Amino acid sequence: MAAPTTERPASAGDTRELAPARRGNRAGPALLTVLTWIVGIGFFFPILWMVLTAFKKEADAYTSPPSLFFTPTLEQFETVFSSGIGPYLLNSLFATVMSTVFVLLLAVPAAYAVSLRPVKKTQDVLFFFISTKMLPVVAAIVPIYVVVNDIGMLDNIWTLVVLYTAMNLPIAVWMMRSFFQEVPKELLEAASMDGASLWRSMREVVLPVVSPGIAATSLICVIFAWNEFFFAVNLTAATAATVPVFLVGFITSEGLYFAKLCAAATMCALPVVVAGWIAQNKLVQGLSFGAVK
Amino acid sequence: MTVTEQRQAEIVPRQPASAGREGWIRRAPLLPALIFTIIVTQLPFLFTIYYSLQSWNLVRPGSAQFVGLDNYVKVFTDSQFRGVALNTVVLTAGAVLISMVLGLAFALLLDRRFRGRGFVRTLLITPFLITPVAAALLWKTVLFDPTYGLINFVLSPFGAGQTDWISAFPLTSVMVALVWQWTPFMMLLTLAGLQSQPHDVLEAARVDGAGSFAIFREVTLPHLRRFIELGIVLGAIYLVNTFDAIYMMTQGGPGTASANLPFYIYQRAFLGFDIGQSAAMGVVVVIATILVSTFALRLIFRSFQTEEG
Repeated sequence: MAAPTTERPASAGDTRELAPARRGNRAGPALLTVLTWIVGIGFFFPILWMVLTAFKKEADAYTSPPSLFFTPTLEQFETVFSSGIGPYLLNSLFATVMSTVFVLLLAVPAAYAVSLRPVKKTQDVLFFFISTKMLPVVAAIVPIYVVVNDIGMLDNIWTLVVLYTAMNLPIAVWMMRSFFQEVPKELLEAASMDGASLWRSMREVVLPVVSPGIAATSLICVIFAWNEFFFAVNLTAATAATVPVFLVGFITSEGLYFAKLCAAATMCALPVVVAGWIAQNKLVQGLSFGAVK
Repeated sequence: MTVTEQRQAEIVPRQPASAGREGWIRRAPLLPALIFTIIVTQLPFLFTIYYSLQSWNLVRPGSAQFVGLDNYVKVFTDSQFRGVALNTVVLTAGAVLISMVLGLAFALLLDRRFRGRGFVRTLLITPFLITPVAAALLWKTVLFDPTYGLINFVLSPFGAGQTDWISAFPLTSVMVALVWQWTPFMMLLTLAGLQSQPHDVLEAARVDGAGSFAIFREVTLPHLRRFIELGIVLGAIYLVNTFDAIYMMTQGGPGTASANLPFYIYQRAFLGFDIGQSAAMGVVVVIATILVSTFALRLIFRSFQTEEG
């Protein structure tokens, strides 16, 4: 990479020093700040409204104009729990965690092979991985359904684990590769000259550089796996269904009641939102394919 | 001959073999991922091609028979298919471009120092994290509902009555929800680009007396190009597969007015049980995607190669 030498090590946070045209007109920046806040709150507002509605009684959810002041209640969340979201949450958790573990087990060595000790035709291999993402999932769903049905794996959580692993693997290889490229090659060579074992140089040279990448890649995989709906709705039923499928079923069984639905939707989205908030900088690193460290 | 010479004599002829072995050792870490990907993502497509040549309806067991290219003829004479294909292009291109423009604008707003910057960024990325099914449900109910929805409430001072947005503008409504979800993604990517700008170049331009707009056009935008391209390609990859939002908000309706190809093929396969026909559509989609993505891949590769210098 040629870029990083000129890049400042801007952590995605606020460490950046930019000297805007401060002198003179002070109203401009202030207005822009106000505008930024309005945009931020405006974009977030639907989510805030969803969470607020989840704490309303149905009667408070159906008012025109919409009511901002109400007595909060946990009634809706109780309904969601009593209609059995538990097993769905566990299925989602299992599919997400297992597929992410498998993705890392496959992607980390693969990224190592295409970056630190490049094999021939590295570009072709990378091209192949990303090209599998270009092929629309829907074109594969028919044979996947038929095969999964034939081998008796319909409504089995392991089916989702395998498919989610395949779904996230190409992106993970690309992301991990961009982090492996940051490993100082001279250090690796020095370590092998000193007779350090492969394992030791991995642990002492490679891992410290690559571990933020592993965290960032995991986060992206977790987001996509937890939120996946297409495979889940087509290949699972009562036993292996995940939270998004629960949400759809919930509408069918409970009807379109805003407050209940908002409670269910909040439950569905909450784990990933919280994870993304906590690991925001990792999210930025992962999505920019290591362009931001 | 000394012992060492003897050894060398033995080793030299073997070198091609050991180089091969060395190659395999280097390749070994790559193989599990490669083989797994081929089996899970490529084999199904071979089956898809095979099924596309069959007339096979799941509801009539044993009905499978070889029909040649019949399914393809049906696909290309299906006017609904053409409409749905057009919807897919409009939805994907529209959502990608609008969210890129908004994302870039938001990134520029965030790329300044001000109080609460981290907090505002947190607010802005949240739509990307929300489960798409939940997001679509949110738009369908609390936002777009004609009577109790927030949109109509906000617009009521401007004389908007009880417009049923989803019925009146199904495809646009879906696009609005998608743009809301994908703008944060584009924003994060372009923000990453903005923050990796060479500081000295910006400073030099400013010292030279270049105006903000000139700096943006001449320095920032060329630098951002790689990030914008990456965002467009990745966004298109995910958005062309949009299913959740359509399933939740419109079920493709009315008719097929808001169906895209994934949803239409899903309907044919899982509601119509017509395996042959849906497989043929799948093949057509794959071919179309390959055509578009060879172009896109060239783009993404060019940007990654220049990065390596």
